[in-house]
Amino acid sequence: MPRKIVKSKYFFEEDFIETIGEVSTEKVKDWGPNSQLKVVGKSLSRIDGYDKVSGTAKFSFDISLPNMVYAKTLRCPLPHAKIKKIDISEAKKVPGVLAVLTYENAPKIPWYYGMSFLFDPHLRYEGDEVACIAAETEQIAVDALKLIHVEYEELPFVVDAGAAMKPGAAKVHDAGNVVRGEPQIYKRGDIEKGFKQADVVVEDTFSTQVEIHNPTEPHCSVVNWDGSRLTIWDSTQGVFSVRDAIAGYLKMPASKVRVIKKYMGGAFGSKLEAGKYTVMAALLARETGRPVRIALDRRAMNLAVGNRPGSVQKLKVGAKKDGTLTAMNHYSYGAAGAYPSGAGCSRPFRTLYKCFNVRSEEYTVFINTGRGRPFRAPGHVQGTFAFESIIDETAEKIGMDPLAFRIKNYAEVDPASNRPYTGKLLRQAYKRGAAAIGWQDRKPAGSGSGPVKTGLGVATQIWWGGGGPPAYATLKLNRDGSAHVIAGSQDLGTGTYTFIAQVAAEVLEIPMEKIQVTLGDTAVAPYCGSSGGSTTAPSVSPAVRDAAEQMKTKLISAAAAVLEIPGNQLVYKNGIISVKNKPDKKLTIANIVRRMRERVLLTTGARNANPSGYAINTFGAQFARVEVDTYTGRISVKKIVAAHDIGRVLNRKTLENQVHGGILQGLGFALIEERVMDEFTGKMLNANLYDYKMPAIYNVPEIEVIIVSEGDAKISNTGVKGIGEPAMIPTPAAIANAVYNAIGVRLKSLPITPDKVLMALQG
Amino acid sequence: MNEKSKSKGISRRKFIQGVGTGVIGSTVLLDTLQAAPEKKGENGEHAGKQLLFLKVNGKTVRSMIEPRTTLVEILRNHLHLTGTKVVCNHGECGACTVLLDGEAVYSCHILALDAAGKEVITVEGLLSGEKLHPLQQAFVEHDGLQCGFCTSGQIMSARALLLKNRHPAEQEVVEGMSGNICRCGAYPKIIESVLAAGGQR
Ligand code: FES
Ligand code: FES
Repeated sequence: MPRKIVKSKYFFEEDFIETIGEVSTEKVKDWGPNSQLKVVGKSLSRIDGYDKVSGTAKFSFDISLPNMVYAKTLRCPLPHAKIKKIDISEAKKVPGVLAVLTYENAPKIPWYYGMSFLFDPHLRYEGDEVACIAAETEQIAVDALKLIHVEYEELPFVVDAGAAMKPGAAKVHDAGNVVRGEPQIYKRGDIEKGFKQADVVVEDTFSTQVEIHNPTEPHCSVVNWDGSRLTIWDSTQGVFSVRDAIAGYLKMPASKVRVIKKYMGGAFGSKLEAGKYTVMAALLARETGRPVRIALDRRAMNLAVGNRPGSVQKLKVGAKKDGTLTAMNHYSYGAAGAYPSGAGCSRPFRTLYKCFNVRSEEYTVFINTGRGRPFRAPGHVQGTFAFESIIDETAEKIGMDPLAFRIKNYAEVDPASNRPYTGKLLRQAYKRGAAAIGWQDRKPAGSGSGPVKTGLGVATQIWWGGGGPPAYATLKLNRDGSAHVIAGSQDLGTGTYTFIAQVAAEVLEIPMEKIQVTLGDTAVAPYCGSSGGSTTAPSVSPAVRDAAEQMKTKLISAAAAVLEIPGNQLVYKNGIISVKNKPDKKLTIANIVRRMRERVLLTTGARNANPSGYAINTFGAQFARVEVDTYTGRISVKKIVAAHDIGRVLNRKTLENQVHGGILQGLGFALIEERVMDEFTGKMLNANLYDYKMPAIYNVPEIEVIIVSEGDAKISNTGVKGIGEPAMIPTPAAIANAVYNAIGVRLKSLPITPDKVLMALQG
Repeated sequence: MNEKSKSKGISRRKFIQGVGTGVIGSTVLLDTLQAAPEKKGENGEHAGKQLLFLKVNGKTVRSMIEPRTTLVEILRNHLHLTGTKVVCNHGECGACTVLLDGEAVYSCHILALDAAGKEVITVEGLLSGEKLHPLQQAFVEHDGLQCGFCTSGQIMSARALLLKNRHPAEQEVVEGMSGNICRCGAYPKIIESVLAAGGQR
């Protein structure tokens, strides 16, 4: 869409004014390596740092409106039940209670793909929503909840995926416990033939636990009606997706719903969809005529707003003596929870290595627990743990170094589609990572002496994270050379605000301090997708660069028009346009904008389409060094080296921070975190932060971050790919492989807790 | 969890149990409270409101509150100091950490009346006007945060640590900050920030 700016004239009031009109632009050049850039890639401090350290940042949780009331939800205490009778009369009498919603008086709004309703008398998990109260204070609402009397009919339940697949298991839904009634099957080549060609065949079963997101900021909304217009401050990863969903649920025009999210206290996938609580708050606000705030407590956070489904994975791998993979089979099952979500985990298995004969069969089943939601690299974290474990086992069986075995089966093209990659620097990641961890000193498994044994492990990561359209950014340039970028994206703590300012500063050559960024407001921002899939930076940064390049072109064209000198004889530097070889003949942004009789120049940039015919992926290898105390079973992760190919780094400081975060969540998944269900009562036993352990500051290993890529010019004008999910994917597998290398016994079930280590050591 | 607020004063559960039988929270409270009328409040708030005096960020606060009100509820809901966050509301994560007479406490886990007559400093109280405290500045420069929701608590724990130990070593930082969960896993840079503020780097 080339555009250009030319001089034009029109009659305004009493006189002709000279003005400038836009007619076209050109395509922008690749940036080259970061060493050639001034702002992008540098370790700059976050521009929203001040707000967050001073306590002035307003998270959705902190929004308070005049006359606001508080909503609280009554949740089902049983794993499976029907409401026989519900009596809200006593609760309604409590002074300060303003409204009570139950399935008897609330509109029937279909939920979970039409399988249930906003309020449904059939409750399918502990934590399912029974009623919602609005009251003058949160405490009154909590008190009143206790006065709602519910008589439940208890129904048979099942809370374990394996048990749910057995014949005669309690049914979560009438149609049966297997989601869609059948497994997801993938195949290429002929595995029978492939296994016949193999010199060794390794078979093993791995399992992973259910993990809870537990972001620090609770899921929450503050809603306010102005007649038929609804404003929602929501803790969400996607303001537009919430807007559209809420408009749909409430049957109102999307233009009348405004969703705002300035800051959010973490999500990790659990805040990608609109919540029931938001709709409940909107209904209560309409009924009471007052703004409503609703926030989940920590118990509800653990029960009702998502989890990473567990998995049981039976894998079979065949290889020749020289290390060539000949066939691979994957069978797995995992639980969606009470309503559909994905529990599949075979993607890395299908795409990580060159292998022509591959088959996978995955079952997702219903159980009576809260529904799963995407969790940082859904499927890939658990799938990579099992797959990279059996790859290690296979390497050992044929007597090859695990790293050499992986390189032997390096995929030069995407094994599933046979398409070339836009870029793949995994070899460099292996090489530099191995050097950093000291791979050459790796000892045979379990060969150390003494009670505390050291081990090294490696695991590989593949993910998408290339981003794509649609994503837009609007740039407003003021007369004084300051700028404002507005995008419909969101910053999850990932540094979106900051990289947007950096990209604009890089192109326009104006100081970072002069740039303001607005995100997460559907009323003012052009559309961007939800922040998930590690797509925010790769989708949004090119749109910002496009907007800024258009602005630069506009300024040059305007200067050419003002000076009556062809644009190609002008040079743009630091916000000043001068004539080549005549440096004193120049115009500042202010001069130009004034001559144009404008105060604000506006451009909107767009993310380009991705190139066709390519696979776009991120890659990486992580290396772990661990110590295992064979007396206590305690594992201490000493060092992780993370070497990744993720295109261009926009900000080294925030990038490192995100890699640290991914690794620590991976460490938590490998060693610490686990939802514990009681099979006899169907209840979660650790729905709080004391019993649901997460990594703490004393779990932090030494971490070395190596980025082997400079930018993937094939995908966009910034060549950026995402890092949020890639950083977590290989960590558990690398740790598990290192534990094996230390003690010579393989731990196949996560989390690898000391009791499991001791049991394994005793054989 | 570390020593922080858990050992201080009387637990909320005990306190709530006690209200019905006329047990009163602490001795400080006895000096400062006034018995409220017996009837229920207009809006149905709990009967028996009591008067609380507190010093918050250098300012004296006077408020009629229900005895079961926690310190963080006073800070956030009554004083609108929303820098202090609530994550678990059960003394399990450190997000609500403030200074109470110079000691780090979990403000979700302490009754406001237990803090009566004492001096509370919140994250907002570290600012001078709009200017950041050097500790806050260190968190910006060393990127000791991601989403920022645990950050106020981290900073207040660090503040308490640095008040006691001006130049903590890395292991002392890890110990001092071990009562604060950061789900984003910004720990390495939190450690760096606190060390920088303590002048070790
Ligand atoms: S909110 Fe107070 S310790 Fe978690
Ligand atoms: S920065 Fe997000 S929880 Fe610590």
